[in-house]
Amino acid sequence: MTFSEDVLKGEELAVVRLRSLYSRYGYTRFGMSKFEEYELYSRNKSFLPSGNIITFTDAGGKLMALRPDVTLSIVKAAPGGGPPRKLYYSENVYRPLHNGREVRERMQVGLECIGELGIYDAGEVIMLAERSLETIGERRCLCVSHMGFLGGLLDGAGVGSEQGAELLKCVSGRNTSDIRRLGEEYGLSDEFCENLAELASLYGPVGEKLDILRSLSINGVTDAALDELEQTYLTARRLGAGDDINIDFSIVNDMNYYSGIIFQGFVEGIPSAVLSGGRYDKLLRRFGKHAGAIGFAVYVDLLERPGGQSGKLDVDVLLLYGEDDDPLELAGAVRAIAEGGESVRATSEAGDTRYGRLLSLSEWRSANT
Amino acid sequence: MSEMINIALPKGRLGERVYAIFEAAGRGCRSVTEDSRKLFFEDETARVRYFLVKPSDTHIYVERGAADIGVVGKDILLEYSPDVYELMDLGVGACRMVVAAKKNFEDETGGALRVATKFANIARGYYDGRGREIDIIRLGGSIELAPLTGLSDVIVDIMETGRTLLDNGMEPMQTITDISARLIANKVSYRFKHAEITSLCDAIRRSIGK
Repeated sequence: MTFSEDVLKGEELAVVRLRSLYSRYGYTRFGMSKFEEYELYSRNKSFLPSGNIITFTDAGGKLMALRPDVTLSIVKAAPGGGPPRKLYYSENVYRPLHNGREVRERMQVGLECIGELGIYDAGEVIMLAERSLETIGERRCLCVSHMGFLGGLLDGAGVGSEQGAELLKCVSGRNTSDIRRLGEEYGLSDEFCENLAELASLYGPVGEKLDILRSLSINGVTDAALDELEQTYLTARRLGAGDDINIDFSIVNDMNYYSGIIFQGFVEGIPSAVLSGGRYDKLLRRFGKHAGAIGFAVYVDLLERPGGQSGKLDVDVLLLYGEDDDPLELAGAVRAIAEGGESVRATSEAGDTRYGRLLSLSEWRSANT
Repeated sequence: MSEMINIALPKGRLGERVYAIFEAAGRGCRSVTEDSRKLFFEDETARVRYFLVKPSDTHIYVERGAADIGVVGKDILLEYSPDVYELMDLGVGACRMVVAAKKNFEDETGGALRVATKFANIARGYYDGRGREIDIIRLGGSIELAPLTGLSDVIVDIMETGRTLLDNGMEPMQTITDISARLIANKVSYRFKHAEITSLCDAIRRSIGK
């Protein structure tokens, strides 16, 4: 049986298209349970976007949690090394929306690539992230940053971890006035503060902004980070990624987990990131596994907004029948309309159904005899 | 043609001062000053659309993308931590977030300090950093009344001139942070309307001499 994509809602359509995209590049499906032991999350709380987790006690008295994240479950099950293991998932997670407190069931589709990774693997993931955005929005951009570059800059200037975290918060908010204020408070050089402020404001295509980044590089660590960023970008482009990949260091993530390239994806009309990911080798190390890992998640639930499908009909034909009508005749009419390729709803009252044409059973009878 | 920018401005005195900055930067909208009841103004030529909103709601309009940019006090940003870009300190609406108490009050550290405030997160952050146990009393207004009636020991509130505190027999004890109006932007609008937003920021910077 074939089906039309028209019957799928925005979220469902995205899931089908993304799964098909990831399969095409050799990623296989990873299925998992809806819950995990709470300890997995309590040990890695700052990896999660929110501390709000729904917990319950299972029959054996173990504290369990409704899964707020998929990556931790995959990392837990991943082998330590070897060739890259390429997995994708489409699962519900339980976490708050935006800045809210209430935990919601949210659909995520994503992929993870774990093992001994090279530039090619990272480039492939960046390409798949960009192509994922292409499947869900016409106007889109993938924004990339590099935690190694940020870490190298802060270490090179002798900034401690607590002060570094405060400065990174300003970079992530493009807050140049507070970068300068904190720099003065911490006794940092004007040159360093101006460079950090420039980095916070920097935004534009990778090809155009790399030279500016090179001018801000201060040591071997930052140089290596930029080389990796450039090579990964070129690989992604060669694999077919669009040119809407931008440098954007306002994307900052926890240094305890993320080590290299990190990125977020946006589509016009959705007021927050619909895709988020990065290289998280340090998370694997916390699990005692010495391998590389990179992946991302697409928050497909954000694609579903009430009113987003205005003008869309519930049904092509609304077939009205009365109390005295013969159910067998009604069944024949419904079957004929449906097999003719139109969607049909048989009902005794139109109510607020949005339909293409309204037909009574008697009208159908006269037209078909 | 460049894209329209949606701007959320706080209603009231601060909004008027901020609007004057936008106007001086060449992004005025004549009808804003004409009709005092309207909340929504548009100027096709300047490519701007203004919404006048409650000052404590501005960040919500921007965070959720109903407005591309907005102006909000640093106090609101510190209290609610909205997920927005903080692009510029506009330098207007300058005041301080302070701890204040009745004159001659001394904090005897025996029990939890009772703190009346509208800014519970700021107060909690400040006292957590000092390891002082507090009991937050959330109030909606007339905070100065709390120590006078014995409802609280101290207050955490915004102080502009200190006149209200003085008139009520109180004084500032510590400054938590300086406050001023900030230009904020929605993170997605910043990317898709980048040229328009950066050109507006440059015009404002020139206009206020920053």
